[in-house]
Amino acid sequence: MPAAAVAADWPGGYWWHWLFYSVAIIGFLLTMVMGAIYLERRGMGRMQSRLGPNRTGPFGLLQPVADAVKVLLKENIVPTAADKIVHFVAPIVAFAPVLMILAVLPIMNGAVLADLNIGILYIVAVSSIGTVGVFMAGWGSGNKYSLLGAMRNVAAVVSYEIPMVLAIVGVVLFAGSLTISDIIAKQDIPFILMQPLGFLLFFAAACAEINRSPFDLFEADQELVAGYMTEYSGMKFAMFYLVEYAEAIAMSAVITTIFLSGWRGPWLPPWLWFILKTFAVFFLMIWTRTTLPRVRIDQLMAFAWKFLFPLAIINLFVTAIQVLAWPDALPWFLIFINFAVMGVLVLIWSKFFRLGWGRVQV
Amino acid sequence: MFKFERFGLGIFKGMTVTIRHLFRHPTVSQYPEQRLNISRRTRGNELIWSRERCTGCATCAKACPQGAIEIVTAANTAENKYNVTKYRVDTGYCIQCGLCVEACPYDALFMGFSFERAKYRRADLVQEDDALAESPERPASGYFHPDIAAKLPEQTLLVDKITEKRKKQ
Repeated sequence: MPAAAVAADWPGGYWWHWLFYSVAIIGFLLTMVMGAIYLERRGMGRMQSRLGPNRTGPFGLLQPVADAVKVLLKENIVPTAADKIVHFVAPIVAFAPVLMILAVLPIMNGAVLADLNIGILYIVAVSSIGTVGVFMAGWGSGNKYSLLGAMRNVAAVVSYEIPMVLAIVGVVLFAGSLTISDIIAKQDIPFILMQPLGFLLFFAAACAEINRSPFDLFEADQELVAGYMTEYSGMKFAMFYLVEYAEAIAMSAVITTIFLSGWRGPWLPPWLWFILKTFAVFFLMIWTRTTLPRVRIDQLMAFAWKFLFPLAIINLFVTAIQVLAWPDALPWFLIFINFAVMGVLVLIWSKFFRLGWGRVQV
Repeated sequence: MFKFERFGLGIFKGMTVTIRHLFRHPTVSQYPEQRLNISRRTRGNELIWSRERCTGCATCAKACPQGAIEIVTAANTAENKYNVTKYRVDTGYCIQCGLCVEACPYDALFMGFSFERAKYRRADLVQEDDALAESPERPASGYFHPDIAAKLPEQTLLVDKITEKRKKQ
């Protein structure tokens, strides 16, 4: 595949390019999801002083397969009150955007389905489409818990999209391009060092968007049976389960690409660097999930609007000044400044804003 | 004084706790493959009875708060003693209080050391005569009998990081 010969803004024009990368992305995603499920269950088990599943295959490596087989063989139950078509289409609508995100993330140099010149914008736009699927699931189930979970998800995504995009804009300012390959090419020093605050904001917002703990209250078991997944069973449930992990992997891949310099790295082959970094980010998600308790819905909203949003604005402002005022500044100087700014801002805002406050008495 | 408690320090504390657990030995034993030794003075869920030492005085039956022990004796005039014709314990009623063991004046009763005596049927819980005798499968526990306790294997705890797999008994 002459990847270098492919025009930067269009998938080559060859049908086999399209076909090959479509199949490769699906295979890559499914394999990564299996790895992610294994890593999450074992890692989380060990962090909670348990062993995690270790019965299926050596070290329990076949646990994701066993889970998949079990869930696929289960009966598919559709409630009578359900909107049948919406109920059926929802998992597909939720899954498609995840694959679409991976279409623009290069696994190696040039190994990408489409290197769009609006790559970042495309990621931001596509990643929020999954919410439509979730809302369809909530609405189509004809169940109040499903609907409540779905509405929480929509509210959260609408809120968290803003700090997420603002955090990305800082990266885009530094890179001077929306194209993913350009952003990777600019990361001689990974942007996590140039944009530490941006990374934190993006990570928190991404965790909230893709429904990971501590922001997983769209399926908070104690309040809403299983959120929008309540009425799903069999293969359709498997699809949602897959979407959950696929979104986590896709977001980890996005963070890898725009903050951790993507496939670039010494010694190891580029694809291995990409996978390792993705799993490292995913491990961070597991770590926070194991550690932090779930927030309340009002805390979730307050966190987005009172904490992430102002910090994202300030971060954007500071970044813009740096890019405009010191275009030729030494990177180490900028790294020092940015880490200092991050520390000060996080400390100040933690004092302004406490999650313990704001209980609404109804 | 300036306290960092409300500046997100709690998150870092929690994160260090979880990451330390990741590299720690997990506090679990995989039961059917790994068995921990229980306390040497346990009151296990079976009763050991010695026909040789038993005089048929029925003190145990009187001491039992559950009335789970049934003992029938016959007079042996030739040897001037009682023969026990039936010693029957409904272990389903046993509450492992150990009062029978403490009451026995002739050290003929012991609590068992084993703990895996689940049965499929209720009737199997009723044990009679020689089924109650001590055997390698039914060792006596050191409860109320410290001399026995010294011979039993030492108790193992989860903090000892038991990893070896023992054969099923």
